[in-house]
Amino acid sequence: MTDVAASPGNTNVASATPDTMAWDSRARRVMMIYLPLSCFVLILLFPFYWMAITSFKPNAELLNYKEHNPFWITSPTLAHIKHLLFNTAYPTWLKTTMFVAVGSTTLSLFASTLAAYAIERLRFRGSPYVGLGIYLAYLVPPSILFIPLATVIVQFGLFDSPMALILVYPTFLVPFCTWLLIGYFKSIPYELEECALVDGATRLQILRRITLPLAVPGLISAGIFSFTLSWNEFIYALAFIQSGANKTVPVAILTELVTGDVYQWGALMAGSLLGSLPVALFYSLFVDYYVSSLTGAVKE
Amino acid sequence: MSVTTLSSPALAVRQPGWIVRLFDYKPFLIVMCLAPAIGLLAVFLTYPLGLGVWLAFTDTTIGRRGTYIGLENFQYLLTDPLWWNAVFYSVVYTGIATFGKFALGFWLALLLNNHFPLKSLLRAIVLLPWIVPTVLSALAFWWIYDPQFSIISYLLVDVLHWRSSNIDFLGTPWPARFSLIAANIWRGIPFVAISLLAGLQTISPSLYEAAMLDGASAWQRFRYITFPMMMPILAIVMTFSIIFTFTDFQLVYAITRGGPVNSTHLLATLAFQRGIAGGELGEGAAIAVSMIPFLVFATLFSYFGLARRKWQQGEAND
Repeated sequence: MTDVAASPGNTNVASATPDTMAWDSRARRVMMIYLPLSCFVLILLFPFYWMAITSFKPNAELLNYKEHNPFWITSPTLAHIKHLLFNTAYPTWLKTTMFVAVGSTTLSLFASTLAAYAIERLRFRGSPYVGLGIYLAYLVPPSILFIPLATVIVQFGLFDSPMALILVYPTFLVPFCTWLLIGYFKSIPYELEECALVDGATRLQILRRITLPLAVPGLISAGIFSFTLSWNEFIYALAFIQSGANKTVPVAILTELVTGDVYQWGALMAGSLLGSLPVALFYSLFVDYYVSSLTGAVKE
Repeated sequence: MSVTTLSSPALAVRQPGWIVRLFDYKPFLIVMCLAPAIGLLAVFLTYPLGLGVWLAFTDTTIGRRGTYIGLENFQYLLTDPLWWNAVFYSVVYTGIATFGKFALGFWLALLLNNHFPLKSLLRAIVLLPWIVPTVLSALAFWWIYDPQFSIISYLLVDVLHWRSSNIDFLGTPWPARFSLIAANIWRGIPFVAISLLAGLQTISPSLYEAAMLDGASAWQRFRYITFPMMMPILAIVMTFSIIFTFTDFQLVYAITRGGPVNSTHLLATLAFQRGIAGGELGEGAAIAVSMIPFLVFATLFSYFGLARRKWQQGEAND
């Protein structure tokens, strides 16, 4: 994690030096950097723009490109969002999703903090292998697991319950968080703990008063990441939840709003927009944590 | 930090209850700390993984316990054109999408590694497709690929006049396959770009200075410095990318559900269709298990293939 912390300093050095030495003219720079970069941004953002503009368009404009420029709205409307909030169970889906995301994030953070502390700081024989085992668990994709997991969930009597999702999501959250936190714990000087041990603190006191306060950035990274991943999860939620009220937003939009042959594009896009907003908002508040956790986890 | 720790010894000495002593006993503490994580993973990951392999050898359906039937499920799959079709498309999908993601993602990472104003804002924007729930952005793509009101068709037909009729993106097999691949590449670029950008920033600028003094061209600097230095991180990111592209489910399920005429089924969507929607748990599990050899092969190939190249070049450079 140290290199991530140092990256703002690194960035300038790494990128500025080749530039100043490359003798390139301004026009060349525009062609080689700004033009492709703006193409990338345009393409990466266009689906969101399209999603947003569709959700505020009245149906007449939505399906008539001859008289209305499709890239703009002449008379914006809140009808689709109103329909979504008052004629469908959308608020319930949002609540369920929030409950599941918060529940599974809390559970995963608890389990992975303890596990990372044990692996990195209690140092027992074979602790690297336990770490490796947890890491390998991350490589098992949900697509392989969902069929047998469905039978396990039925055995536990949790079918069609949000609790099932809270218990199942840690299978991909715990490996990720544990590895992230191992990285953070590594960056905390061991001497601090030794001092506390000499002073007579117990291991749990050390964890609570020294290691955890110092690892707060790591905990935030792991937390927001887990929240995002569980908000976005699809296949388990699709396979384990049957009744409309218990569905999470991604599943519900696809299975409850897509009805018949005529798609309500306005409502569908409004639902997608609203469902993306919480994570997007979260993301805009914690961008740096996202980037550092993404790159930190890859570098480990 | 030492100021806060000063109060703790007093606490420990004052009340050395047996619980405190038990929790300070290292082996006990280790077990307690590992128990939640290992427990969750064992019950909801390792056990289902084993159970899945077992189910693949049974004829279990929803509501009925199956009996052991040996390799019958797999023998059936080998004669099933739909399974072969799914294998074919999974391989094509993974191959093209991974190539696209890494070519474009590496390019984007190199662009972002330059110095320009609003750099951190741009980096934040670029990661958006990866943050937003895949199904929801897939719905946006579904709308973009609409046969009648596709915005791409509108651009090509009414604005640019390059074509005379709308493109039928999802109605015929090959266009549908490539439309899905394009959506997957769109979603995968940010992850690749940001991970590779982190790798690029760790390369020491002095290497480029030395190369430039020796008269290396931009291409040579990329080929002999950037690329070899990026090998280790490329290997890891590519392993992840291949695994999660091969087992992709959401995009296909959201946009085409395997259609038209089952031409865009991936192994994961086929497993879902047979196992959960169709109720044939045993057969679905067999399809899911049939992904494992491909995954192991792809992982070994990308990881060891790239890691070995790195090792060879590292030695040559010394």
